[in-house]
Amino acid sequence: MSRHLPIVAVTPFPAAAAHELKDAQLRANLGRATRTIRDKRARVVAEVPDWEELRERAARTKDEVLDRLPELLARFERAAAAAGASVHHAADAAAANAIVAELVRAQGADRVVKIKSMATQEIGLNEALAEAGITAIETDLAELIVQLADDTPSHILVPAIHYNRSQIREIFAARMPGFSAESDEPAVLAGAAREYLRRTFLSAEVAVCGANFAVAETGSLVIVESEGNGRMCLTLPGTLIAVVGVEKLLPRMADLGDFLRLLPRSSTGERMNPYTSVFTGVTPDDGPRRLHIVLLDNGRTKTAQDPVGRAALRCIRCSACLNVCPVYERTGGHAYGSVYPGPIGAILSPQLTGQDAGANSSLPFASTLCGACYDVCPVKIDIPEILVHLRQTGPKPAAERAAMATLSWVMRDRRRWRGALRAARTGAVPLRALTRRRGGTLRRAPWPVSAWTAHRDAPLPPPESFRDWWRRTHAE
Amino acid sequence: MRIALLVTCLNEALFPRAGMAVVTVLERLGHTVAFPPEQTCCGQLHANTGYAAPARELERHTEAAFAGHDVIVTPSGSCAAHLRAHTELPVYELSELLVDVLGVTDVGARFPHRVTYHPTCHGLRMLRLGDRPQRLLRAVSGLELVDLPEPEQCCGFGGTFALKNPGVSGAMLADKCANAVSTGAEYLAAADNSCLAHIGGGLARRPGAPKPVHYAEILAGTGAAA
Amino acid sequence: MLSELFAERAGDYRAGVHHCTEAELPGVLAGLLAGASAVVVPPGLPQAWTRDLAGPQLPDHGLTPADLDAPGLSVLTGCAAAIAETGTIVLDTGPGQGRRLLTLVPDHHVCVVYDDRVVADVPDLFAVLPDPTRPLTMISGPSATSDIELDRVEGVHGPRRLDIVCVHADAGKEPR
Repeated sequence: MSRHLPIVAVTPFPAAAAHELKDAQLRANLGRATRTIRDKRARVVAEVPDWEELRERAARTKDEVLDRLPELLARFERAAAAAGASVHHAADAAAANAIVAELVRAQGADRVVKIKSMATQEIGLNEALAEAGITAIETDLAELIVQLADDTPSHILVPAIHYNRSQIREIFAARMPGFSAESDEPAVLAGAAREYLRRTFLSAEVAVCGANFAVAETGSLVIVESEGNGRMCLTLPGTLIAVVGVEKLLPRMADLGDFLRLLPRSSTGERMNPYTSVFTGVTPDDGPRRLHIVLLDNGRTKTAQDPVGRAALRCIRCSACLNVCPVYERTGGHAYGSVYPGPIGAILSPQLTGQDAGANSSLPFASTLCGACYDVCPVKIDIPEILVHLRQTGPKPAAERAAMATLSWVMRDRRRWRGALRAARTGAVPLRALTRRRGGTLRRAPWPVSAWTAHRDAPLPPPESFRDWWRRTHAE
Repeated sequence: MRIALLVTCLNEALFPRAGMAVVTVLERLGHTVAFPPEQTCCGQLHANTGYAAPARELERHTEAAFAGHDVIVTPSGSCAAHLRAHTELPVYELSELLVDVLGVTDVGARFPHRVTYHPTCHGLRMLRLGDRPQRLLRAVSGLELVDLPEPEQCCGFGGTFALKNPGVSGAMLADKCANAVSTGAEYLAAADNSCLAHIGGGLARRPGAPKPVHYAEILAGTGAAA
Repeated sequence: MLSELFAERAGDYRAGVHHCTEAELPGVLAGLLAGASAVVVPPGLPQAWTRDLAGPQLPDHGLTPADLDAPGLSVLTGCAAAIAETGTIVLDTGPGQGRRLLTLVPDHHVCVVYDDRVVADVPDLFAVLPDPTRPLTMISGPSATSDIELDRVEGVHGPRRLDIVCVHADAGKEPR
């Protein structure tokens, strides 16, 4: 396959980040947006007295799904089929794309309307459909903005987070037929999208969606949204095709109670999103006459085998971890080279693809391990733990391996350690004299210390070691 | 009480005054400090950079070095967090030892300066130190503690992150430094010299910025000297 | 009380919230729907609710999306349940609620919520629904988006106006 896979980073994260960091407007947009959503989330989470128990329970429910995956998948398939849905299985992106393209063609349609879906982005469905002569129209406002701009999403929940309102107005003015508004008020821009898409919804024959949850007990799918574009796609076209990652399962309908309390608060910082649709198979005279559900694996079963890394599959795509991540806030989503950016992307993309894919092994290092992501995760994914786990299991440069081996050899013996420190202190003597006027820190240094002094002064070893001081002051 | 000091490899190599300060504070409070001589590094650096086997060896080395000690104190939130997660050692970060174990907030220090405090990520989110360090600092005679804006934001150090992702690390550092400068403080205190080496290295390039200091040095009443 | 919390929370997300007694309901609905070009009426809607409506009514005998897209339409429904904690109304296509597109395509939705339909929080919902495999639509305020600078604005593809009429059993409740 020649097409670029949407979850494989081409450029290593540090280089991609360096590129994004040059864009001051981007950083201002991201800073403002993530700060807004962080504050909103904190307010609505504080309202829930049993938030921690809720997280615990949701994590356990998702772990149960991973433990019982084959059984629950079979149960879901039976229930959905009994309710009139056709269920398909796709081992990878290519298989899923081929199934969807064939289903669209079977309806004689040359275009589909789409609900925002991470699974379809992960498999590059729009591009695959385009190759098959089918136009995919994104109907979520942010996805529409990104599609009109010929750009790629930079956030899981808010794909156009990297644009501010005036940039969005410019995109609409250049690319949206009939758009003429002078104002960049969000209400005006949203109104323009409503006008633009209304005809499309009323004439669409096929819709494509993902699912936030799939209930094994009943074969139901759940779509959580805000704008109503989802409801349009779920009820107007005669054929609905849902692409659903196998980890989206919940065992029981009653489990939705916890997850619908967790997801909106974590993602948009609302107590509840405007619209949640739960539907089971097809219903006579209401909604689509044909429902196809494509269950997507694409690396998930393999990821579920890793006892540490599997927790990443609990993810419900709320993007709270992106909004609190200091790295994401500086670089935006594009630096991660995957449709899954931020902390969750740094553990999800390399696991779904394997760490040898493209530059994905650089992603687990795109974090300071500050832990803010773990604190806000509604399903308690210990992202720092998985980042460290992936660093330990992934490839590392030979020079670094040698240096770390030497360092640990030195540190395993106190005489070698003391000798190394003594050598460092001796080496620092002339430098100390040179830097005294500035408070004893080093401004410029040769490689490899230059990587440090590019952004900050380096400290110098002290004249007297702790051990010497200890011996001097605590001699028996 | 007899308390064993884990000084940490970084403090031994570059910032011995933090270790000296812990000894000074504890002895002033009437406790006996031991320095187990075999100690070197807790293994955190190796573990977080992706080297599990050497990390485990250093964790075992540290366990052996501190065998038989019932209370271990360290002036590093991140080393305390690492050892608590990977060994059975009874390790306390300094403020935990003082406030929780010894029940002290006023350690009898004097530091007549304006100080702001950066709660490091490991202290904040792994150890959940809460306001223990600030309570200790507020009890210091003459010290004026001023709030740091966006305190919970990581400074951008992250161990080898600072070297592997210099651009992002530098951008995070710039924001942390700007917040520190905005306080008008003379000193920026923290519970980890790794973060302080990074923040301090950035502050050194900004005229009129606060000077970095480990809060143990303030508690020892030696922070102004140097 | 649950119904009070429901009303407060529904109002937080800019639904219009109105209070009345059973006896006052037809008049309140007539007032809210006075400006509609026509009112879409789902099957099974209590006749009393439409008694005082002045304008034309569109009973759903297979209305098409194009029919429902006519300018100025309002739709009047009941609900299967309402959730206090989140200010959410829940439709399950049961009597007086109709097919899903009836409450989607028109620009104005008026929903009647009786006190005894209000549950405390989302988990309680699944215990009271007669059949959770009917198509469910949970609605919290009018259609909205936060896609531009994470700034919430009301009114995208679904109804831009949502009015909720809370019907209280006791007569002592003053409209707020």
